[in-house]
Formats: sequence, C-alpha cells, structure tokens
Amino acid sequence: MHDPPRALPVASERRASSPGSRGSAFPPHTVRRVPPFVRACVIGVLFIPAGALGARGELIPTPKFSDHAIPTSTVPDVGSEVPMVLDVAILLGALGLASYFTLVIRSRKHLLALTVASLVWFGFYREGCVCPIGATQNVALGIFDSTYVVPIATIAFFLPPLVFTLFFGRTFCAAVCPLGAVQELVAIRTATVPRWLDHSLGLIAYVYLGASVIFAATGTAFVICRFDPFIAFFRRAGNTNMLIYSASVLLIAFVIGRPYCRYLCPYGAILRVLSTFSRWRLSIPPGACVNCRLCENVCPYGAIHPPTVTPSAQSRARGRQQLAVSVVAAPLVIVGFTWMATVLAAPLSQWHPEVRLAEQVRIEESGLAEKSTDASDAFRNSGRSKEDLYASGIAWREKYRTLGGWLGAWTGFVIAVKLVHLSIRRKRDDYQAERSGCVSCGRCYWYCPVEKVRLGLIQDVSEAIDGAKPGASSAVARAPEDAAV
Amino acid sequence: MTDTQPTGDRRRFLADGIRVAGVVAAGSLGGFLAGRRGYAAESRWQIDPDECIGCGNCATYCVLDESAVKCVQCFDMCGYCDICTGYFDPRYKKLDTAAENQLCPTDALIRTFVEGKAGQNFYEYTIHVEACIGCGKCVKGCALMNGSLYLQVMHDRCVNCNECAIAVACPTQAFVRLPSARPYKLKRAAVALIRRKSESGEDDTGDARRLIERVNTDA
Repeated sequence: MHDPPRALPVASERRASSPGSRGSAFPPHTVRRVPPFVRACVIGVLFIPAGALGARGELIPTPKFSDHAIPTSTVPDVGSEVPMVLDVAILLGALGLASYFTLVIRSRKHLLALTVASLVWFGFYREGCVCPIGATQNVALGIFDSTYVVPIATIAFFLPPLVFTLFFGRTFCAAVCPLGAVQELVAIRTATVPRWLDHSLGLIAYVYLGASVIFAATGTAFVICRFDPFIAFFRRAGNTNMLIYSASVLLIAFVIGRPYCRYLCPYGAILRVLSTFSRWRLSIPPGACVNCRLCENVCPYGAIHPPTVTPSAQSRARGRQQLAVSVVAAPLVIVGFTWMATVLAAPLSQWHPEVRLAEQVRIEESGLAEKSTDASDAFRNSGRSKEDLYASGIAWREKYRTLGGWLGAWTGFVIAVKLVHLSIRRKRDDYQAERSGCVSCGRCYWYCPVEKVRLGLIQDVSEAIDGAKPGASSAVARAPEDAAV
Repeated sequence: MTDTQPTGDRRRFLADGIRVAGVVAAGSLGGFLAGRRGYAAESRWQIDPDECIGCGNCATYCVLDESAVKCVQCFDMCGYCDICTGYFDPRYKKLDTAAENQLCPTDALIRTFVEGKAGQNFYEYTIHVEACIGCGKCVKGCALMNGSLYLQVMHDRCVNCNECAIAVACPTQAFVRLPSARPYKLKRAAVALIRRKSESGEDDTGDARRLIERVNTDA
C-alpha cells in the first residue's frame, strides 16, 4: 500500500449537515495503520460519540475537566479610526481652499500644493475611502433599500462637493479628489483628443453612472468601488487584474489628461452638469484677451474653447436644421435605446449572485458543467430547493429586463441631450473655459500673459508671449480665423 | 463676461433658480438619508458563521496583505477531541504536531494537552491570531465534527471597504453588514451556550460577557 491513507478526504467531501455519515469517516484500512493507542482514541473520541449522536446531529459534548475551566474566545473592538468629524472638516476645508485658490487668488501654485496635500491625506493616508465618487452608490442604495443605513460620513462626503460645484465650479475635481489628484500630477505630455471623440467618450461616464446606480440600488454590486482605478495605488496592494488596470489608466493619464475624470467618473458626470449652472467659475483671461492661444494649448483636458465667429446665414440655417432634427430625433433615440437595452437583461442580471448561482446549478443539472463550484456545492447542502432558486433567478432576470430598459432610456436621454446641446451655438467673445469640462486645475492662469500682467510679473503682454513661445505673436494674428472650426 | 443683454439676464435667472433648487434638493436628500435612519446603525462587514463553508477566499481576497478574517474557537462547542479533524491533515503520517500532519498552513492552531480520563486524552485547540491567515482549512475540517472553529472579520484590522472584496468572492453570500455597535456573530448553536455561561457564575474572566456584548444575535 503505497497510497497515503485517504480517510478524511472522503469524509470532507460530505458535509457536517449529514450526521449519519460520521461513523464512516475513518474506513477500516486507516484504522489498521495507526497504533493501538491511537485506535483507542479514535474509537473513544470519534466512534462512540458519533454513535451516540444518532441521526439528530447532536454535538460531541464538551468535557468537564477537574481543574481547567472552559475558556471563551474574545473578539477585538472596532479599531480606532480617524474621527468622522475630522475627515468631513478636512473635506470642507479643502473644498473652501480650492475654491478660494481658483476664484480669488487665481493661483496654480496654491492649487498644486493643495492637490498634493489631498492626494497624501485622502489618497495615501485614508486609502481612498470614503470618497464622494463611491458614496454615490451608498446614497442610491440608501434611497431604495430602507434596511440600509448610509453612514453620516458618507452623506457628508457626497453632498458638499455638489453644492460647492453649483457655486464655484468643479473645484472639488481640481484639488480635493484624490483620484483627480493622481491624474493631475501625471498629466505632463498630453495629446489633444479630437472633439468628436471627446464628446462621445464623455457619454460613457453617464452610462456608467446609470449602471452603477442600478447595481447599487438593487444591492447587486458596488461597481464604482470594484473598478476604482487608483485604489490599488492608495492601498499599495491589490490583485493582479487591479494592478494591471490601475497601471493602464495611469499610463494613459500621461498622454490623455485625466482619462478617468473625463470618460468614466460617474460623480464627475454629475459635477459636469452642475458646473454648467455654477455661479462663479474659473475664467480666463482677467482682462482683454490677446488671443495668444496659450491657454488653449496648455489645457490638458481640451476644456478651453476659442472665441466664436459670427456664422454666415447659410451656416445659421444649417444649424437650425440640425437643431430641429436632433429635437425630433430625441424621443426616437430614447425609445430605441430603451427597446434595445431590454436584451441586456441576461448579462446585467449575471452581476447578481443569486442569478449566477441559479445559472450554475442549471448548467450542472443539465450535465454541461465539468465540475461543481463552491457556491453550487453549498447550495446543495443548504436544503433549499432548486425550484426556489430558479424562480428567484428568473425573478431577478425579469427585474433586470425592466432595469435594463431604464438604463437604455437613460443612455438614450443622455445621447439626445448631447445631440441637442451640440446643435445649439453659443457666442464666445474670448478664449473661455468650458463650463462643464473645466476642472479648475488653473494651468491656464500659469500661462496667460494677461494674468501675468495683472499679477505684475511682467510689464507688457508681448514679453510673455515671446518668452514663452517663440513665434507666438503670429498666432495672435491668426487665432480668430482659425477658431471658426 | 458681458452678460448685459436680456438673454444674459434670463439665463442668469434660470441658473439662479437651478442653484437654489439644487441646494434645496441636496439638503433634503441629506436630511432624508440622515434623519430617517439615524447615525446609530452604521454597518461593518461580518461573516455569518452558519453560512460559511471555509472555502479559503477570505485568505486571498481581502484587500489587506494579511487578511482581516481570522479563525475563532468557540470552546463551549468544542469536543476537545484527541484526533481533531480541524487540526490534523486527513493524510497525516503520525498523530503529532509535525507540520506535515497539520491542516493549518501557518501553525496557528495550537494543541495543548488538558487531561486524560476514562482512557481518552483531551486537548484544547487555541488560535494564534497573529499567525492565522483566515484560510478556513481548520474550519472546514472542524465542520465534520462539532464545528466549533469559525471565521470572523476582526474589526481591529478590517478597513471596512465600501464593497468588501471577500464578500464579492464569497460563494455562499455569508458576508453581511452588521450594525457597528455589535459587529460580530456567533453560530446559532453557540449563542445560547455563551449567553448561559455569561449569566452563570462560571464566567470568572468575564470573557463570555465581553463576547456576548460584541455579538449581534439578530437572525
């Protein structure tokens, strides 16, 4: 007999919930191999009590010792945490400072310092939790699930950036959000994303917002947290997939400014809308614009747009036609997407563990699966009927047919609004930061020659333009015509 | 910006209205979420030991390098077996404490002789918390017998992620959110035992009372 005694694996494949099998846990050949002393113990401890257990599944009694009290394990208290009040106070302070630096002293240097500070505190020290981005999900779950309690800290993180954005623009994105801060610091050599691509990719964030709210509200998953691209850096730990994903986003952030903020961040999507209505916001230049285009060139996020030219009558007519078409098309787009998205019921519902389990059990029952999973084994031992599981799985899938429809409607709505928005022309006299796209990083302050004159750093605009970019003076003359695009 | 035209005024009025509405909405959302539920019941992640199957995901999926999940021994459920199915590897060569005979990969389950009586030897099995990695091998083994060993999220280590990575990977949905005032669980079979012990005079050290005070006994 060269095989090792395979006694307990046989038993371990059975469950504690089948007490009748206990007596056969050690097949005879195993017992033959062990010394008589041990055999006595096996019989004593295992067999006799197991026999006494009978079919009722009672436990082996805990012995009474002559001079040894049976101890009790203790469990530790909740570890000391940074007080919630301190965290919220720091958030509010940082928001206030970011808004002050952006709007009052207009200083890129101060904003940069605050960005680093936020990255250190909210990112590396607090390890990216709580963050307002993820708090969106807690709020969604809190609204739809009355048994879930949203922590006060989470509410206090979710709301203030929204209110600040309504008044001061996206100053939260500028220097408070740790995810923004990471990308801000690596946005060194950024390429310009073509306008059409920028607009299209920007829609992903809204769809992501819709999907994450649906997943959170149904208690299915917190996808924003699961796919947080920088949490692995903040924790300096993570599994391989997370690290590859994080590294990819970070590498992309070197060549495309803030890819997560612009194309994925669901909270950023909310802030973009709110920022459109902000009372004050970053503005450039502080005086008469010299059309040097430095701000447009330096903005890594493509958020500074050139002045508009007066459109010709023909182009006006085309614009009106475009607007009419997009307004008429809007309901069709919404209905179309709603209809299309109901087919997403199956893939969307698979995010729900109940549906995954039901599908796995179904596959195993039909003999298509090579082996069972931990989950399906556990299900079979739970005593719950397959029919019950299937019914629950089907119910969830039907629920996701409706939810998929809602997600489709939301996607259609977002696309329709985008189309209408793109068809409306707005008059811009100067180079101006776009209301929604500008994250108030303040890079343009650093470069704007008019700003430099205001600060008294230079006497005249021409000094800065010649100094910063040889030949830029020709751009001054060229700019308004080019801007017609 | 020169917003002196009528359109500018109209736009500004609209924006003012939206801002006011936004602030009111934010305030009422905050009030709704905070007021209706209150501060008391913030939650922490915990394992329901009756649902846990000791699959081993706790050791590997936790975002911490060393998992926040550790094994706990409920001595009042333990049979003090000589041949402990949670301690010995089923393929043991000898019934001794050599590493190859143990289930525990980190030697975190400590076997101590207590007493021999009626021809049986009784051993106490305690957890060395610093060494335990929460792999659940002993839990799975012990489940064949009394099931006194069970896994718990240790809240001096857990960072309470918004979405617990182990909860996502848990095959039996054994992870639950518990109110943070009592963030631990016992097996259903153990609750009465520990409570009785805490209320009787046997609880010399006060450990049973301390445990029952930290345990959430709701279904």
